[in-house]
Amino acid sequence: MPDLMKSPAADEPEVALAPPSGKAAEAGEVGGARSLWGDAWRDLRRRPLFVISGLLILLVLLVSAFPGLFTSADPGSGDLTNNFLGSPQLGHFFQDDWFGYDRQGRSIYARVVFGARNSVMVGLGVTLLVTVFGGLVGMLAGYFGGFWDSLLSRITDVFFGIPFLLGAMVVLNAFTDRDVWVITGALAFLGWTQIARVMRGAVITTKHADYVMAAKALGAGTKRILFRHVLPNAVAPVIVVATIALGTYIVAESTLSYLGLGFASDAVSWGADISDATQDIRNNPHTLIFPAGMLSITVLAFIMLGDAVREALDPKLR
Amino acid sequence: MGRYVARRLLQMIPVFIGTTLLIFLMVNALPGDPVKALWGDKPPDPAQVAQIKHDRGLDLPLWEQYLHYMKGLFQGDFGNTIAGNRPILDEITQAFPVSMRLAAMAWTFELVVGITLGVIAGVRRGRIIDTTVTFFTLIVISVPIFVFGLGFQLIFGNELGWVKPTVQDSESFQQLMLPALVLGLVGLAYVARLTRTSIKENRSADYIRTAVAKGLPRRRIISRHLLRNSLIPVVTYLGTDIGALMGGAVITEGIFNVSGVGNLLYLGISRREGAVIVGIVTVLVIVYLLASLLVDLLYAVLDPRIRYA
Repeated sequence: MPDLMKSPAADEPEVALAPPSGKAAEAGEVGGARSLWGDAWRDLRRRPLFVISGLLILLVLLVSAFPGLFTSADPGSGDLTNNFLGSPQLGHFFQDDWFGYDRQGRSIYARVVFGARNSVMVGLGVTLLVTVFGGLVGMLAGYFGGFWDSLLSRITDVFFGIPFLLGAMVVLNAFTDRDVWVITGALAFLGWTQIARVMRGAVITTKHADYVMAAKALGAGTKRILFRHVLPNAVAPVIVVATIALGTYIVAESTLSYLGLGFASDAVSWGADISDATQDIRNNPHTLIFPAGMLSITVLAFIMLGDAVREALDPKLR
Repeated sequence: MGRYVARRLLQMIPVFIGTTLLIFLMVNALPGDPVKALWGDKPPDPAQVAQIKHDRGLDLPLWEQYLHYMKGLFQGDFGNTIAGNRPILDEITQAFPVSMRLAAMAWTFELVVGITLGVIAGVRRGRIIDTTVTFFTLIVISVPIFVFGLGFQLIFGNELGWVKPTVQDSESFQQLMLPALVLGLVGLAYVARLTRTSIKENRSADYIRTAVAKGLPRRRIISRHLLRNSLIPVVTYLGTDIGALMGGAVITEGIFNVSGVGNLLYLGISRREGAVIVGIVTVLVIVYLLASLLVDLLYAVLDPRIRYA
């Protein structure tokens, strides 16, 4: 009875994944049997949605890692003779004036290319932190149950009760020198609850499986059971949620920048450029369209990837 | 049922204390001094700063400040603002009705349009309408909300002149329409996505096949069998979203000049008025906790297999 009362509240609505059956992650090594992930990969390769979003993400990662490959212009130096003059020259592929110039005569194309790194680093960094921390909390709560579950779940509830954006604003307002690490930390500090809830639900459905019992009967230690048996089979919904959340963290960073609580104004970032552009969208919409467009395409790619993986992993959706 | 509600209400107490304590610590333990901020750029007078701090009890240890604050809260005293020395309760009671109206409109919009779009897309999966709805929801989630807000304001307010670009009368239903639409847009996309996924999953369930085999009309199968069974994740989302809509309207209220809770919060954060932030969050947490209890009770209505003893 207590399970029935708790489970609907605790389950994250977005993730309606069936618990993966069998010891999927390792079954692939045994000849013949197809693992859950092997199956999913076979399915994914044929989905246009997955291929497109995957390629987009690879491109964005490449741009953030090596912006110099894509433009020779300096995103920080402006030529005031250019200010706003250059409306986009859509035919000039990869040249400085491709997307036009901003108020201070800086090449918008160069700023879009160099701004990718900050946004992507915030997205990846927050996702990494919340997945590790939230995953650990959720796993411990779900696996040990009882007192630890009550304690960890209440702590999760406490953090979940504070609106995400509002909490991030409070934390970031205390820092004057906001760089990637501060913003990543602030978003992760409040963002881990979703992953913890998803992980807890997944672990609870996995921990009574026969192979976990078998491992216990064979005398495996708690650590071994958790990381070799429970985790690989409970991680699927977490990966889906984390992929989609990555996109929303990038959006959150730009929203905070719009409020003046994101990157310092001398940093090159999509969020800062978008919020800069909003002051003059009526006369110079191109200063908004390109950074906002690039940000949205990146976010779209991560959400589409998460959707595709979810559908590939969930037999009910096929 | 009564016992279940009583137990849930008791469980709320530690969460309530924890959340208020957390936001209290976040506001007060972080660097920044609201009293010194009264002087602006000028160097503050240390004696006066100390006097104000002493009068307000700001020189006490943090835990004592928290206890004082909670004690006042239970007597309906939210404290006074540091700049201007106005009762915070007055400011909150002024701003809340505005935000509640806005949130209620946005929420209704999410519920009606979101579920409708989700059902249509889920029932006709793989068709053009499904792809269109899915693509629309993805766009809405990927574009930052202030871009929509400023864009809609520019197009519908300034260029086309259909509505006033900013809200002058916060009681006017008509003027609140556009802000409510912008505020509800992201939630609408999530509701539509959740409904669609849920419907898609339940479409091939045994009870649907039975209903079809019995020869029930398609309308009835969708509304009575499919939708009712698919609504649980949607109800969960809509329930927790009420509080988020009221507190998360910082952007929308800023763009459309609505003087609601979001605006008050933004001012509170930028002036480091800790008591204002904690006060609003306290009210929001109560709303959120009650809404999630209501959601859990609704589960039993939607799915009779769930019973609360």
